[in-house]
Amino acid sequence: MNATEALKVHGVTVKYGDRTVLDGVDLEVGPDEVVALLGPSGSGKSTLLQVIAGLQRPDSGRVTWAGADLTAVAPHLRGFGLVFQDALLFPHLDVAGNIGYGLRVTDGQRPTQSQLADQVGELLDLVELPGYGDRAVATLSGGEAQRVALARALAPAPRLLLLDEPFGALDRELRDRLAVDVRALLHRVGTPAVHVTHDLAEAELVGDRLVRLAELARPV
Amino acid sequence: MTSVRSQVRQRRPARVAGPVPAWLLGLVPAAFLLVFFGWPVARILAKGASARGLEQLGRPRLWRVVEFTLLQAVLSTVLTLVVAFPGAYVLNRYAVPGRRVLLALVTVPFVLPTVVVGLAFRALLPASWIGSLGVILLAHVFFNYPVVVRVVGGLWGQLDPRYVQAARTLGASPWQAFRTVTWPLLRPAVLAATALVFLFTFTSFGVVVVLGGPGTTTLEVEIYRRTAELLDLPGAAVLAVLQLVLLGSVLLVSARLQAGEAVAQRLRAPSAQALLRPRSPRQLALLGSVLATVVVLLGAPLAALVVRSVRVRGGWGLAFWRALGSVDAGTTRFAAPLDSVRVSLQYAVVTAIFSVLIGGLAACAVAYAGKAGRVLDVAAMLPLGTSAVTVGFGLLIAFARPPLDLRGSWIMVPLAHTLVAVPLVLRTVLPVLRSIDPRLRQVAATLGAPPLRAWATVDLPLLRRALAVGAGFAFAVSLGEFGATAFLARSDTPTLPVQVVRLLSRPGEIPYGAAMALATILMVVTAAAVLGAEALQGRQQGRQQGHQ
Repeated sequence: MNATEALKVHGVTVKYGDRTVLDGVDLEVGPDEVVALLGPSGSGKSTLLQVIAGLQRPDSGRVTWAGADLTAVAPHLRGFGLVFQDALLFPHLDVAGNIGYGLRVTDGQRPTQSQLADQVGELLDLVELPGYGDRAVATLSGGEAQRVALARALAPAPRLLLLDEPFGALDRELRDRLAVDVRALLHRVGTPAVHVTHDLAEAELVGDRLVRLAELARPV
Repeated sequence: MTSVRSQVRQRRPARVAGPVPAWLLGLVPAAFLLVFFGWPVARILAKGASARGLEQLGRPRLWRVVEFTLLQAVLSTVLTLVVAFPGAYVLNRYAVPGRRVLLALVTVPFVLPTVVVGLAFRALLPASWIGSLGVILLAHVFFNYPVVVRVVGGLWGQLDPRYVQAARTLGASPWQAFRTVTWPLLRPAVLAATALVFLFTFTSFGVVVVLGGPGTTTLEVEIYRRTAELLDLPGAAVLAVLQLVLLGSVLLVSARLQAGEAVAQRLRAPSAQALLRPRSPRQLALLGSVLATVVVLLGAPLAALVVRSVRVRGGWGLAFWRALGSVDAGTTRFAAPLDSVRVSLQYAVVTAIFSVLIGGLAACAVAYAGKAGRVLDVAAMLPLGTSAVTVGFGLLIAFARPPLDLRGSWIMVPLAHTLVAVPLVLRTVLPVLRSIDPRLRQVAATLGAPPLRAWATVDLPLLRRALAVGAGFAFAVSLGEFGATAFLARSDTPTLPVQVVRLLSRPGEIPYGAAMALATILMVVTAAAVLGAEALQGRQQGRQQGHQ
């Protein structure tokens, strides 16, 4: 096991038909490192996160965690959380139902109702939305929805968090404030993360290290 | 099928001011519905409530028929859902070469006349099977497979695939993700499809007439038998009332259930990238089984129908097709079976004209009238929720004496067909009408056009294609309609479906083969009319999206 890196992406290539979206991309993330991944829209940032999460199978290349090959491992067994650009909260569940989702579906011992409520409460405190548990997701503002999505992704204690332009749909002021909050949060829970954005200011605010996607790949 | 989408995107269109008062526009459709639907239904109720009618309720035979009608409807619905569910998924979520063509072809069974469906299964299966519950169920699954693929699959294809991805990254296995995310989001569409399939199979007439036996009779067939064979009008009326009550309660319950389900969710137009490329053995097996189902269940009966029409003793030949042209083979003394093609086409043209006029006026009234328009909207849809047999039976008893004695008049058939077709025209025209920006007409007014002229030069040209599409659907409905026509068609001028069933009831090899040949013609003409209308509609939607 290599102590200096947790996630390693080796030469990942993804093609949609004739179009090559990712061409031999390499990326390393340390055990408690927040990497900001910068690239213009359409540069394949989201696709790279999908490959890491196991939602998209690469045409070639490998994804490893602490040296173990994950390329063939199903997404729900990888322990990687993913936050989407547009929150994507489950519309048929309330806020508590969304946050508790990952705690309820895991194998092994399921939490009791009161344990679940406690954990959801802690997570809501963590994202500074105390008492929001029984709100319907349709009543949340964009910023609130994104905080709930973050709490939902953190609930099953992922070993890596993937953030796909999580503030992309929000306005400038809110975006800056959330970026500061998220940076503090990630360091508090000690989860390594890959934060994808096309915004240089946001990347500098959140990331310990800044990586440009264009530098990782052979030019398309 | 639009109901699912309107639940998901609840956007009530703003009221638009029309060029003439809305009540004036609504007058003709409202009068038409009142005279040719309201009055007949009232007559049925009055007849059914008579002492002689009510006596029927004590007869065990009646309750056996009710029991069988419910049993076959429930079984057909469950079976259709189970068989079509994988198809709804695969045909809308997998990247299959020729997927769009496949989806269009899968729709064909639903638009086929029920008589053709019945005949196709007679052609395919051994004669000893005819009259069994199993054959009726099989034909109902065939007929309603497209409903589930379109209604459930339509929503499934638009469901944002990232909901499931979010669930997977939170630790849900594929099955857990389906159970906890996909299924709850699909449930409104599943409920809608269940209600539709139940409605269609509960009121099934043509299929049961062709494939049913003495022990396998539905309420619809029994109503017809009482009227046409036993001349027991009060008895038939009581059955029709019972049928109306049962249908009404089922529709009410399903509306309640569906109202509680509406969840605003993110829909996504299916893009090539969102479609799944089947790769794993399990995915390929699923794809293979769906394609096999489509070929065997949907393709085989239709192929059998064509084959039987050219399969003569000792080989192949056109004897049955030639018989269509001979008066001897016919069921009337003066005309050959082929004459019913001319009769049906004439009725279809008249129906298309009536339906476009009445449906078009109704659409304008609904769009321009606000609240009162919604009453007309619901009223115009009622004949579609009523069984065709009830529509035909009602017209028969309502216009059999003065002031309006239409017995034996040819107009009865296109009138009944128009009642069934107007809802389709309304649903086709209304969305287009509502999407026209009212400011366009204001622009025309500032350029000096008086109100009616502004409407005729701005709105009407934009509506022309929708009206043509509606006419195409009305045409197809008229060609295949059997339930109401069975009561109303004159004995010397049977329509295509009526002629097919009459040929079937005659002994001998020639009439049987001729029925197959005639059903083949009916199948081809109907499919052409519907696919033509759908292609026209597709072009219109494409054009409108291009404008926006």
